[in-house]
Amino acid sequence: MSESVAAAIPARADRRVWLALLALLGLGVLLLVPQLAAWLGKPFLVGVFTRFAIYALAAVSLDLAMGYGGIVSFGHAMFFAVGGYAVGIIASHVAEAAPLLGWAGSSSALVVWPIAVLASSVLGVFVGYLSLRTSGVQFIMITLAFGQLVFLILQSLEAYGGDDGLLIAHRAEWPGLGRPSDAAFYYICLGGLALWVGLLHRLVRSRFGLVLRALRQSERRVANLGYPARPYRLVAFTISAAGTGLAGAMWADYGRFVSPDMGSWTKSGEFMAMVILGGVGTLIGPVLGASVFLGLEQLLTGLTERWLIVFGPLLVLAVLFARRGLIGLLVR
Amino acid sequence: MMAALEAVGLCKNFGAVAATGDVSISVQPGECHALIGPNGAGKTTLITLLAGELRPDRGAIRLRGRDVTGWPTHLRARAGLGRSFQIAQLFPEFTAEDNAALAVQATQGHSFRFWRDASRDASLRSPAREALARAGLADRGATRVSDLSHGERRQLELALVLARRAEVLLLDEPMAGLGPEEGAAMTRRIASLKGGVGILLVEHDMDAVFALADRISVLVRGRIVASGAPDAIRRDPAVKLAYLGDAHVPA
Amino acid sequence: MLLVLEQALNGLQYGALLFLLAAGLTLVFGVMNVINLAHGSFYMVGAFAAAFTVANTGSFLLAALAAVVAGALYALLAEVLVIQHLYRRSHLDQVLATFGLTLFTNELVSLAFGRTPPFVDIPPLLRGSVEIVPGLSYPLMRLAFIAAGALVGLGLWMLINRTRLGMLVRAGADDPEMVDALGVDTRRLFAGVFALGGLLCGFAGVMAAPLLAVEIGMGERILITTFVVIVVGGVGSVKGAALGALLVGMSDAMGRALIPGAVAGLLPSHMADTVAGGLVSATTFLLMVLVLLVRPRGLVG
Repeated sequence: MSESVAAAIPARADRRVWLALLALLGLGVLLLVPQLAAWLGKPFLVGVFTRFAIYALAAVSLDLAMGYGGIVSFGHAMFFAVGGYAVGIIASHVAEAAPLLGWAGSSSALVVWPIAVLASSVLGVFVGYLSLRTSGVQFIMITLAFGQLVFLILQSLEAYGGDDGLLIAHRAEWPGLGRPSDAAFYYICLGGLALWVGLLHRLVRSRFGLVLRALRQSERRVANLGYPARPYRLVAFTISAAGTGLAGAMWADYGRFVSPDMGSWTKSGEFMAMVILGGVGTLIGPVLGASVFLGLEQLLTGLTERWLIVFGPLLVLAVLFARRGLIGLLVR
Repeated sequence: MMAALEAVGLCKNFGAVAATGDVSISVQPGECHALIGPNGAGKTTLITLLAGELRPDRGAIRLRGRDVTGWPTHLRARAGLGRSFQIAQLFPEFTAEDNAALAVQATQGHSFRFWRDASRDASLRSPAREALARAGLADRGATRVSDLSHGERRQLELALVLARRAEVLLLDEPMAGLGPEEGAAMTRRIASLKGGVGILLVEHDMDAVFALADRISVLVRGRIVASGAPDAIRRDPAVKLAYLGDAHVPA
Repeated sequence: MLLVLEQALNGLQYGALLFLLAAGLTLVFGVMNVINLAHGSFYMVGAFAAAFTVANTGSFLLAALAAVVAGALYALLAEVLVIQHLYRRSHLDQVLATFGLTLFTNELVSLAFGRTPPFVDIPPLLRGSVEIVPGLSYPLMRLAFIAAGALVGLGLWMLINRTRLGMLVRAGADDPEMVDALGVDTRRLFAGVFALGGLLCGFAGVMAAPLLAVEIGMGERILITTFVVIVVGGVGSVKGAALGALLVGMSDAMGRALIPGAVAGLLPSHMADTVAGGLVSATTFLLMVLVLLVRPRGLVG
């Protein structure tokens, strides 16, 4: 190795400084997106970053189950879809002034969004309870099957658009903001993401998190110490479902449109891809992964409609050669 | 006096192989009952049955008087049964102290606590460090398990059993792979436990066995062929026959 | 009564399709311990190859050949380039890599053939219907499908239980390292098993082409049901795949036949359609949940 090359490789401490600066820069950009977008004359960028925040929220939630709990769920998009449809269904009943099971409905986000989270959590408990009776390949297949079941059920809901999906007339209202503008909504999503990442950060370091992470390393030893595996996994799975459901609710209000595709297995695969690309079991990794995924999508759809023809092999290569994702590559 | 651990008529077959044939064995509180036998005798199978990872085809297991035959492993652990593994089962990504802390955590009720940072919880860390110290790992707490030596992992196995505050210990070859000094140190540590807990010790290391055991049982091809005081076992011709060529029985 | 019989036959035909797909998938899993999400893509490749051949030559026989060869070759290519690196990897890695492969294949095929290829006609030999019992005429093509499925099942049984290759497959499923130690070329064995799976998919593709819509994404839709078949039947067992396919096919057909009527009688009409639609879709999955609750390892596992 020539001397100039050796000198160019930064020492470990310098690397950390660079990463910290990069992170700070990234944070700054995120906080100023609406302003930057206006300045660049490209308001659509606010939408792009809002999508990033929403996908990141879903990916981070999936990482709790997958990366920390070792639970490989390939049907997670069902929670995304259920969260979104909860918002959509309530909105459609409000718009038509038709009571939903006796309830007049609400246009307040502080009512509707928690309902969406509750709905996906209930589904999470149900699916988790049944699926966690299996493990390994069977678990992957059964979660895939449940996801498909939800997808098919959503497709068959003629009253709510069926395959065509459901339009949402207005975004849910926030106290003091009314119906949020695109910029305000972006900050809401970003805030939600930050809050959720913060909560999960504490969760994985708590007593519960310790047991969960231990389960992934040696289930046998965990039983030997006196912990039953299933309740802990079920709780982790449900929390993961709740977060993904919240992302779905955000998605519904963002584009004011929900469709069964939100629960397709390709969507589940996309979320998993984001987690892997960013780095499994790191919480920040999936956030990066979501940005990489969306960035690639933006970049490549500009070149060709068939961007997946590039993304597919990219994903394969990442799985084969970059096992620890972006985080693994950055934090060597 | 009620036995700390008691197995009556345990049988386990794998297809045509009778891994465990009508085994009855007990551990009194405070005693160290050693289980010896040639390789393949079924000692680990017996431990696995007692620990709850396998269900016997026939027979009963009682832990401090309670019938635990149908209980899964984690419930037996909660009832006071501790077990160390012959091939270390540790959490490789965690530090030694984290491993011990998890054992301590299991003694403090349920772990559905989501907010407080467990790594700064003194009620976990202090007993964890204490257990590590008793196992001779006082200065290795911050080391990841994947970086520990083989001997240190055996020590950590012991530390986990201590941290768990089990009242009946199943020790599956704790000396395995240890050199003479490490083995002697491990023997001393186990000796210091006697009197407080009941121990079922599976071992090949005869020095350790005769130093620690109050009673010895001999397992050959899944059956107990002899059981009694160490001196009696030492002199039993049937035992010597069973062990011919397998291990050195000190005279 | 006749309606039930007709639906039962539909169920058998659907089951035959599922069996063709499930057999390969379960073999790959049983022998190589690989979960392959791209399996549906091989089926799609076969169907598109068949459609393309029929459009250009008019011969169904040639189309069948093309489909089978295309399926096997594409599977072989996938194995050499991607799958062989996944044998020692976790299931998560396998799922993601084969997912990427699926995305790629979908785009590749749509690039090469367009999103919807020409319609595939039923071959002249298999047109028309046959009167099974007085009053019930059943399409010959569908009967041929059922027969084909049964023949393949028989062929596979003979292959696995009566030939040396089959013995290697069974041994490889039990203990791949031992097979390797005995001097058998496991690389070729694995590649062969994988290609066989692709071949079966290709065959399924050409048989299904006249009956179902040939389009991008056709593989994924049926793949998940194929997974259900394997979970129900027992992972790694071809017998389980046959049993599972039969059960899933029949329950789906029976659901389609009986549920709308039952629901219409119980609920007001605007709700009935929605609920019936959902329930019909759910039949297969309900079956899976039931089986898993009672026998988590599948019926034969």
